[in-house]
This record gives sequence, C-alpha cells and structure tokens, in this order.
Amino acid sequence: MRTKIIVLLSVLAGALLAWNLHTIFLRVPDEASQGAVFRVFYFHFPAAVTSFTLFFIAMFSGLVYLRNRDLRYDSAAAAINEVAFTFALITLITGMIWGRIIWGIWWAWDPRITSYFICLLMYFGYFMMRRAIDEPHRRARLSAVLSILASVDIVIVWKSIEWFRTQHPGPVLEIRGGGGMAPGMEAPLFWNVLVFLLLEAALVLVRMRQQLIQSEIESLRRYAHAF
Amino acid sequence: MPAVAIQGVWKYFGDYPALRDISFDVEPGSCLALLGRNGAGKTTLLRILAGLSRSSRGQITILGQDARAEATRRAVSVLGHGIGVYDELSAFENLQLFARLYGLTDPAKVANEWLERTNLNRVRDGLVREFSRGMRQRLAVARTFLHNPSLLLLDEPFTALDDRAIKMLQDLLRAALADGRTVIMSTHQLREALQLATDVALVNRGRLAFRGKRTPEMLEDPTWLYRHYGEA
Amino acid sequence: MKFLRQAWAVAAKDLRSEIRSKESINASVAFALVILLLFSFAFDPTSDQVREIAGGLLWLVFAFAGTLILNRSFARELVNDCLDALLASPVSGAQLFLGKTIANFVILMAVETLALPVFTVFYNVHWTQSIGLVFVVMLLGTWGLTVIGTLFSAMTVNLRLRELMLPMLVYPMMIPALMGAIQLSSVLVAGEPVGAENQIWFRLLVAFDVIFSLLALALVETVLVG
Repeated sequence: MRTKIIVLLSVLAGALLAWNLHTIFLRVPDEASQGAVFRVFYFHFPAAVTSFTLFFIAMFSGLVYLRNRDLRYDSAAAAINEVAFTFALITLITGMIWGRIIWGIWWAWDPRITSYFICLLMYFGYFMMRRAIDEPHRRARLSAVLSILASVDIVIVWKSIEWFRTQHPGPVLEIRGGGGMAPGMEAPLFWNVLVFLLLEAALVLVRMRQQLIQSEIESLRRYAHAF
Repeated sequence: MPAVAIQGVWKYFGDYPALRDISFDVEPGSCLALLGRNGAGKTTLLRILAGLSRSSRGQITILGQDARAEATRRAVSVLGHGIGVYDELSAFENLQLFARLYGLTDPAKVANEWLERTNLNRVRDGLVREFSRGMRQRLAVARTFLHNPSLLLLDEPFTALDDRAIKMLQDLLRAALADGRTVIMSTHQLREALQLATDVALVNRGRLAFRGKRTPEMLEDPTWLYRHYGEA
Repeated sequence: MKFLRQAWAVAAKDLRSEIRSKESINASVAFALVILLLFSFAFDPTSDQVREIAGGLLWLVFAFAGTLILNRSFARELVNDCLDALLASPVSGAQLFLGKTIANFVILMAVETLALPVFTVFYNVHWTQSIGLVFVVMLLGTWGLTVIGTLFSAMTVNLRLRELMLPMLVYPMMIPALMGAIQLSSVLVAGEPVGAENQIWFRLLVAFDVIFSLLALALVETVLVG
C-alpha cells in the first residue's frame, strides 16, 4: 500500500516537473534585468519555502511523540528533518549560484544566506546527536526537545537578521509586498512549489520505511544477543 | 493501602524488555528483599520506583501517589550504587544540603544529629574527597535516613560495607521497620538481607519468578530460592 | 518562593564546590587569556581596525571560555551518582536547572570581569565612560549564553562524545544573543552612545533571554527524567 503511494507521488511529481520545466525553459521569457539565470529562482524559492515549512512540521511531529511516546512520530520527525535539511542545502546552493552570476561573489554575508547557514548548522547538530544515542526512546525524547529549540531559534535568528541591512533581493512576489512578477511568470513558481512538496512527501515516506527496516534489524540483533 | 503497588510494569530499552509484566504489592511496615542474578532487572525496577526512570507500560503507586510526585519524593529515600554525596563539600555541608532539599525545618540540627548517629561528628568539617571508603558509606547512609522516609529503596546496600557499617545499617533498618516504615532492598548479600526481610521477591530475566513471605527455610538456606525458582 | 529557595540551595552548592576546587574557573580564565593572545597574532592589535571588531572579539572570548564552564555543569553531578540523588529528592528539574544556571552565570561573570581589563589593556580600548552600559550588556548576554549552555549540558550529560557535542549544539543556538551583545559592545567600544537604531539589540537580548529561559524551564524535566 505504502509503496503504491510513494510511486504515485513520485510519478505525479515527475510529470508535473517535466511539464513545468518545459514552461520554465521554453515558454517563459528571460527576465528584464537578470537574464537567463533568473530561472534558478524557480527552484530556489520552492526549496526555501518548503524546507522551512518542513522543519516546523518535524517539530510538531516531535511534540506528538512527547505526548504519546509513539516512536513512529519520532521516525517521521527524523525523516522530515532529513529531507528538510537536504532542501535547505539546495536552497543555499541555488542561492549561491545565483549570487555568483549576479553579484560576482559565491558568498555574501547577508541575512538570509547567513540565517540558512545557521539553520543547517543547528540541524547538523541534531543529526550528530541522534547518532550519539542508541536507546530509541531517549533519542526520540532529546531529538524532540532539540527540534523545538532549533525551530524557535530559527524564528529568532530570522527576525534578528532582518534588522540588518540586506543585500538579498527584497520580496518579489506581490503577496510579500514586492513589486510582483510579470503575469505568466508566476504560475510556474507555484507549480514548482507543488512539485517539491510531492517530491518531499515521497522522500519522507521512503526514509521512514528505511528507518523501520533498520530498527527491525537492530531489535533482531538485540534478541539474538540477549537470549 | 499498600505502600507500593506495582501493576503490569514493562520496561523496554529499545525493543529489549528489561522488565516483563511485573506485578506485586508491598505492605507498609514490611521489608522486601529483592533477589535476582545480575542483569535480572532489579536495579531497573528500583530506579522506576525511585522516579528516576519511567516504565514503558504499567502502573506504579507509591504511598498512594505517582512516583514522581513531589510529596512522594519527599517521603522516599534512595541509596543506589553511588554514594550520592559531594566530594567537594564537607560531611556537614552535604547533610545540611539534603536536609534543606527535603524541606526539613532545621537543616543544621538534623545534619548534626545524623553525624552523631553515624559516628562522623569528629570529621564533620572534613571534605568528603578525603574520607575513607567506610566513612563515605556511613555518610551515604546518613543521607538516606535523615529525612525520616516512609519508604526506603536500597540497591545492594551491604556491598562494600565493612562489618561495623553493616551492623549500623542493620540497626537503623530495624529501627525504621519497628517504626512502621517500609524497606525494599535488592541484594546479593543474602544472609544479611534475609535476616531483616519479612518478604521476598525473585526476579529472573525481567519476570517475577517468586513473591512471598520470607520463611525460616530461606534463612537457613539462602540459595534455596535460586535453586527452586531461579535459573541453574 | 519555595521554588527560588530550592534553586538557590542548588546554586549555593555549585558555587561552594567551585570556589573550593576552582577547576572550572582556572581553566576558563587561562583559556580566555590564551585566546586573547592568539587573536593578537591574527591581526595587528594596535591598528584602528581593531576598534571595529573589538566587540566581536570580546564576545568570542566569553563564548569560548564559557563553554568550558558549561560543559562541566551537569557532568560534575555524575560523580558519586549525585545526579540521581538530586533527581530522587523533592527538587524539580526546573529548580535544579535554575540553580545551576544561576551558579554558572555567577562563575562566568567572574571570568568575564577578570578578562575584561586584560582585553582593554591588550587592545587599547577606551570605554570608561560607558562602563555601566558595558556591564549591562555583559549581564544580558551572559545570561543568554548560560541558559542555553546549561540546558545543553543537561541534554548531553549522558551522551557519548559529550565534550564534542556540546559546543557543536550550543554555538549556533546562541547566535542571536551573541549578535546582540557584539553589536552593542562594538558601539560602546567605539565610544559612541547607544542610539535609537541600536535599541533594537537590547530588545533582542532581552527577548532572547526571556524566551529561552521560559522554554528551558519548561523542557528541562523532559530532558532529565523523561
């Protein structure tokens, strides 16, 4: 059953992606001031938005674990954080590519890049801590707490860095108070957000299944040694 | 009402069941000797009773309440493998600290009183890190008894005690039991423990293998239980 | 009030212990001096440029030296199984945490107060007029560092690789507090008054301190006992 869901999500994501890529590369004209490289934004923005959201979803999953002590919620939280981390990394890399072409530098210590980097460091610590704990319930408990702290801190980091002057482009979409994009250029952006969400859901399910198998192997090993 | 009521307790470490469906009661004023081989689950059970760890499944009621409740912790005393006193503080400071944490009205007076009773008043201002092993053990015993606990949880208390300390602990336990307090102690020192025990429980690989009164036969032949209910 | 009394009993115990052994404080002060020395090799300590980064340098020194103290905070309770004795007592996780945080705060403030004049002399910094404000920034920033560090000390107490994990986890999380403290210190080092546009950093520090203190008090029982 679950395999079917994973396959379905992946196929849907793949199809939408193919169609969207067609639109992005062949239909949408080059942007007025930035040229062709602007297309990176079609991947950078969805990656940023979805990864950010996933970190918070993972935090809620951890909270549910603390409430009912069901290890499946911890498994979900870890899988979601892993996928979120990957897409945060994609955000950072696509941002760097864009920055290299437009500004001529790979890295600018502006607020958003810095915030994302801090976020990556915190969750790297999260994964390191998980590896250091063998006992599943203890690992789940401390991971949930760390996830809460990290999520709250991300918000604070974000806000505090906003008070710095920024070199990062201001909000582009109208909903965020920016100048808005030309009509016809916005649609592929939101389609790509959907594509990324579907892809991420599929990846989370795959990771959760891997974790389930891993923990079964571990418990079999423990039984073999104990008795 | 039993002093301790354990109902269907399981404890998992990951998928490994350290305790499996443990259920028994301990009446007030009784002294339960908790027996079992190493790794049987005695320490795990005592830690859960002490509120240091949570059971995965099941109910534990201590003096009518949850093990972690503040009122419960105030009335319970725990002596584990470590002595639970600070090396950098003096004997007096240690006892005063714990008297304060347990909310006793005159911490200094209680501390002094227990230094007398455990024969440590001559070294009251010495730092624990300079104490001999026997002195550290006696201080640990003082910490255990000073707040007049209704329930004492002792994990192998006689191990590493010299004969004078053993006698001191036995006297204190007898006095506590005569006062209606409850004692649960895990032990390998069968003879010393069985002398005091009114009840016995044997844990074997996480399961409760035996629960009953301490009989004269057990006292005469301490390994009787292991041979009948334990593993070969 | 009983909450504070219990917390204070724990804090007093930690402080008494530390004053007698002086292990954390000695190591921390020595470490701070070494870092101050090492920084002087990284750039020319007499140049004007130093004035610009002095605030940052100062807080890096405090953060690094602080980690030594914070690492030991809960770890020292493992000796003789004292942590179990504390957890089995009527002291709640939150009271225990608050007591330790207060003790760590006092010790770290002591280290910083010793390091500050050395820093001032080494890097030729003038801030005698604004020393009061400098102290306020130190109090706010140090509390933020201490709350986070003590909480993570509790989280990593039984972990493998504790000494490696604690800095890895703590530094990213402290960044907002460090940022606020560094910004304010830089302004004060430059001898300028703290204007309206810098008020925001005070607000950030206070907000950080309040939010994480409350969060830590709420979460520490889960961390310690489960």
